[in-house]
Amino acid sequence: MNQPQQLPDPLTAPLEQIDFSDPRLLEQDAWRPYFARLREEDPVHYQAESPFGPFWSITRFDDIVAVDSNYEVFSSEPTIIIGDLTDDMRVEQFIAMDPPKHDVQRRAAQPVVAPQNLAQMEPLIRSRVVEILDNLPVGETFNWVDDVSINLTTQMLATLFDFPFEERSKLTYWSDMATGSPEIAGGDTSPEERIPALMDCLETFTRIWHERKGRDDGGFELISLLQRDPNTADLVDRPMEFLGNIILLIVGGNDTTRNSATAGILALNQNPAEYDKLRANHGLIPGMVSEIIRWQTPLAHMRRTAKHDVIFQGKQIKQGDKVVMWYLSGNRDESAIDNADSFIIDRANPRHHISFGFGIHRCMGNRLAEMQLRILWEEIMRRFSHVEVVGEPERVKSNFVRGYTSLPVRVHPL
Amino acid sequence: MPTITVIEHNGQDHTIEVQSGISLMENVLSNSVPGIDADCGGACACGTCHCFIAEDWSELAGTADPMEESMLGMRPDRTETSRLSCQIQVSDAMDGMVIRLPEYQM
Repeated sequence: MNQPQQLPDPLTAPLEQIDFSDPRLLEQDAWRPYFARLREEDPVHYQAESPFGPFWSITRFDDIVAVDSNYEVFSSEPTIIIGDLTDDMRVEQFIAMDPPKHDVQRRAAQPVVAPQNLAQMEPLIRSRVVEILDNLPVGETFNWVDDVSINLTTQMLATLFDFPFEERSKLTYWSDMATGSPEIAGGDTSPEERIPALMDCLETFTRIWHERKGRDDGGFELISLLQRDPNTADLVDRPMEFLGNIILLIVGGNDTTRNSATAGILALNQNPAEYDKLRANHGLIPGMVSEIIRWQTPLAHMRRTAKHDVIFQGKQIKQGDKVVMWYLSGNRDESAIDNADSFIIDRANPRHHISFGFGIHRCMGNRLAEMQLRILWEEIMRRFSHVEVVGEPERVKSNFVRGYTSLPVRVHPL
Repeated sequence: MPTITVIEHNGQDHTIEVQSGISLMENVLSNSVPGIDADCGGACACGTCHCFIAEDWSELAGTADPMEESMLGMRPDRTETSRLSCQIQVSDAMDGMVIRLPEYQM
């Protein structure tokens, strides 16, 4: 299916003429009525043609939980994004593996983001947030995405890997390269730029791995943890698996938190009554953080591949079919979440959202993400009566990353 | 009504009256004992209602099925008596049971 010049009318176009993989749905923030219609009319929907081939769309909350939990039928191999891996870069990563290999590799990385480890990191994270916020240009319009969201998450990634701090912007660049290609998720990154960038990532981390091996100081950053676990101690000898897992950890810690850090500002500006609630009660921050993550849904989908024929909600899914779980749709499903389109910072059950996924691939870094956003908001509220949005946001062109490239703001100190 | 004792990680204990026929997770939540998140709402899909069953009671509480086992396998603090409390149906026979809650849910 060639993508037409203009998006079809979401309410009147025949469903078979709508391409739910069109990256402009997110880029233009036009997706809501399209997915609302699918949830209503055909919640498990087969699209016969798309730039990524035929695929199923799973759009309701409970159906997504069911698919996400069933790795026996719905495999994460060979990849978890709608577009297939390109032949020039066949990375392997545990998010795109099934048990038992997945379990072994994830267990090696998981302790770094376990809450005891996070508690030790909290003062360092807070000091970095404070420094970023204290250096914002009061009285000027600036881009919140660059000056706060990217800056903060890049510093966090450098901390998690103990990556050379002055070179940390490479981490964000590699992350953008990893998910930016048209074949994978509809972005604009060319292979000429992407492949050398990812090879540079591999070479850099291979060098760091060997340097750290000699150091052997019992550190708790990710590379040392991987080296100490017998199952991943020789990961560096399997370059595509090494690169894949490094990219997974970089992307996992980058796009997600970055875009949620921007989303909170946008959501509160669009919902001034909620901003007033927050000003009156900073104790709402933890629940608000979950609500921001739901409202934003920074990763719009995850994909599975059917391992064998299965009837799901009355539909015949065939072996080998792509099955795309639209997390952003599940998070707007009124049958699971009251007033799902509204941003409400004091919901009764704010953690009941689908942004982290469910089942064995559920986001490993969810507590880290929540902690970073909690600290960010605690420190924002200590300084500013209003972070005012003064222009329209610009959004990422992708059907996978739901994010922002710019959000012009001005800050008003207390 | 049967009672169950829930011990938080900090040692604080709560003896709660429980309702048979619904899950242990729902019973703990409805008694407002902190330490269980249950993000998925009881679908065995998030792992955030993890608890440890006191040894004398683990047989009565039953064993984890393969799905629960795979979720428990992701927990760095998993022990032999680890269970997801959403997968345990409370029964009258559990009167007096003791469970401990972990330091964190993730």
